Amino acid sequence: MSDRLAILRRVAVIAFVGGLLALAAAPSAAELRIDITRGNIEPMPIAILPFVGDTAETSRVGRDIAQVVSQDLERSGLFRPLDVRALEANQPPLDALPQFADWRPMNAQALVIGRTTRLPDGRLRVEFRLWDVFAEQQLEGLGYNAAPASWRRIAHVIADAIYKRLTGEEGYFDTRIVYVAEAGPPNRRIKRLAIMDQDGANHEYLTDGSTIVLTPRFSPSMQQIAYLRFVDGVPRVFIRDLASRRDEMVSGGDGMGFAPSFSADGQRLAFSIARDGNTDIYVSDLRTRAIRRLTSNAAIDVSPSFSPDGRQIVFNSDRSGSQQLYVMDADGQNPRRISFGEGRYATPAWSPRGDLIAFTRIQGGRFSIGVMRPDGSGERILASGFRVEGPTWAPNGRVVTFFRKDPVEGSGTGGRSRLYMVDIVGRQEREISTPQDASDPAWSPLQP
Amino acid sequence: MPRWAFALAMIVALAACASDETATSEQAAGGGTTLPGAAAGSGGIQSGTLPGGGYGGGSGAGGGTGGGLATQAEQQIARVGDTVFFAFDRYDLDERAQRTLDQQAAVLLRFPQVNVIIEGHCDERGTREYNLALGERRANAVKEYLAALGVAAGRMRVISYGDERPLVVGSNEAAWAQNRRAVTLVVGGVAGS
Repeated sequence: MSDRLAILRRVAVIAFVGGLLALAAAPSAAELRIDITRGNIEPMPIAILPFVGDTAETSRVGRDIAQVVSQDLERSGLFRPLDVRALEANQPPLDALPQFADWRPMNAQALVIGRTTRLPDGRLRVEFRLWDVFAEQQLEGLGYNAAPASWRRIAHVIADAIYKRLTGEEGYFDTRIVYVAEAGPPNRRIKRLAIMDQDGANHEYLTDGSTIVLTPRFSPSMQQIAYLRFVDGVPRVFIRDLASRRDEMVSGGDGMGFAPSFSADGQRLAFSIARDGNTDIYVSDLRTRAIRRLTSNAAIDVSPSFSPDGRQIVFNSDRSGSQQLYVMDADGQNPRRISFGEGRYATPAWSPRGDLIAFTRIQGGRFSIGVMRPDGSGERILASGFRVEGPTWAPNGRVVTFFRKDPVEGSGTGGRSRLYMVDIVGRQEREISTPQDASDPAWSPLQP
Repeated sequence: MPRWAFALAMIVALAACASDETATSEQAAGGGTTLPGAAAGSGGIQSGTLPGGGYGGGSGAGGGTGGGLATQAEQQIARVGDTVFFAFDRYDLDERAQRTLDQQAAVLLRFPQVNVIIEGHCDERGTREYNLALGERRANAVKEYLAALGVAAGRMRVISYGDERPLVVGSNEAAWAQNRRAVTLVVGGVAGS
């Protein structure tokens, strides 16, 4: 992991400034742009050519990078990467004007051409240009220098740049997901924390499975993960430092601690403590470790999630008789109910954009993942199933990851549990590949 | 006659027919009442002992000497039923659960040296974090009931597994009914007694 951190400092982003300004002086056609505020978007056809290397090795890396970029964009549901094999050979060099006419018959709206080289100091240099095929304009041209081992991160950074240029929204591909890997029979399930890139690559286990672990959450810096771990049979909230691999218990004492969630500035951790048949929400100031009680109610108050400005907390309570969503001030004042639909609402997650709250809804024996505005209006369902649960937001607030668990059949088979991502507009749902069964995902911010 | 005294009488009666090893804990406790959900043809009702019971630290009568007070208490708890069941999303104790707990209390009052862990569990039809809270509520309901019958609160520890440790594997109402439960586990004697 220290390697990954080192990469961050070594990735140098250099925009192409000179040279191609003349090329960009094309007619002022309407700018190529995907409007992702509309539903059921027709994916944009895009041609992504293998990045050309100057050696066999850099050519191979270039091909791999183009493939990761394609997969990222394809899985967003907003792009349809085209089969470019027939036209690969005729492509012009990176610094020349593409043969746009070649790409129009297949209706490619955008074209990505790239180059990979080795710098004298051993680092990899990756450059690319994004073209509007019909306007014959360059939309983006960027170059990156980084350690060769970090080629996948460069690919995700490039995919983010393309996504941002064509949608106007920040990308989310250079991110990681922490989750709970599951194995074994349902009544003796072995659960381990695991971490991976958002596309499933660079997978690593963080715990050994000797105790049950649940509900991990990234700190905003991505340096720490808060999670639940059973200690001598009692759920406790821990913070794992990823660099040192050390664990620190946050909730000690009487009662059980669970459902941790960081504030966006990383200074506070909210969680629940259950004691004497009552569950309330508490917050720990992570600088002083002072713990303060936020709710004092005979009901179950659980699953706190901070608003991005840190001033409010959305949470789950059954104080009205059934599980509903409530918003309160960050000091526990002014609780107000925001969910009023049929059924039960749970696991609220405030979007990093602040505009929506994702939740799990249970109604008529079915589970759903949905979103609503913080005032409770505009509810929409994104996915449903036997058990779908635990939405977590991509940093751009446009995509949600959750887990989907199948029922156990009479023969004892089934019970598969996997992670999925779904965009909140087009509702394109994609499975995230994991080595084992998976649950309780949490999405990281964009890597620094 | 106080309830616990009646329960004590029941235990004596049960002890007299303890050779009937095939009786499940629930049948013994409830005088032959039907287990929740058993009508669905689920068959194979398991006893109240948790599968792989080592996970909770509740590994039973410490040392397992066979003759210890904890072992005796554990056996008697098993006989009267170590498990009570709950309705969906509820934590109140119905009459059948109360009868079982009356008898558990009688055993615990006869063995004041032993402590117990009360584990609360849920079915898979709720969200994970809420289920942890609901399981704690269920276990606490058992603790409060036993305390009202005279069992010292300090002898009882409450924990929750949410829906992490189902008793019966299955995604049907019969399985769910048996997974919504609280289990009383004897964890050993008080030092020096």
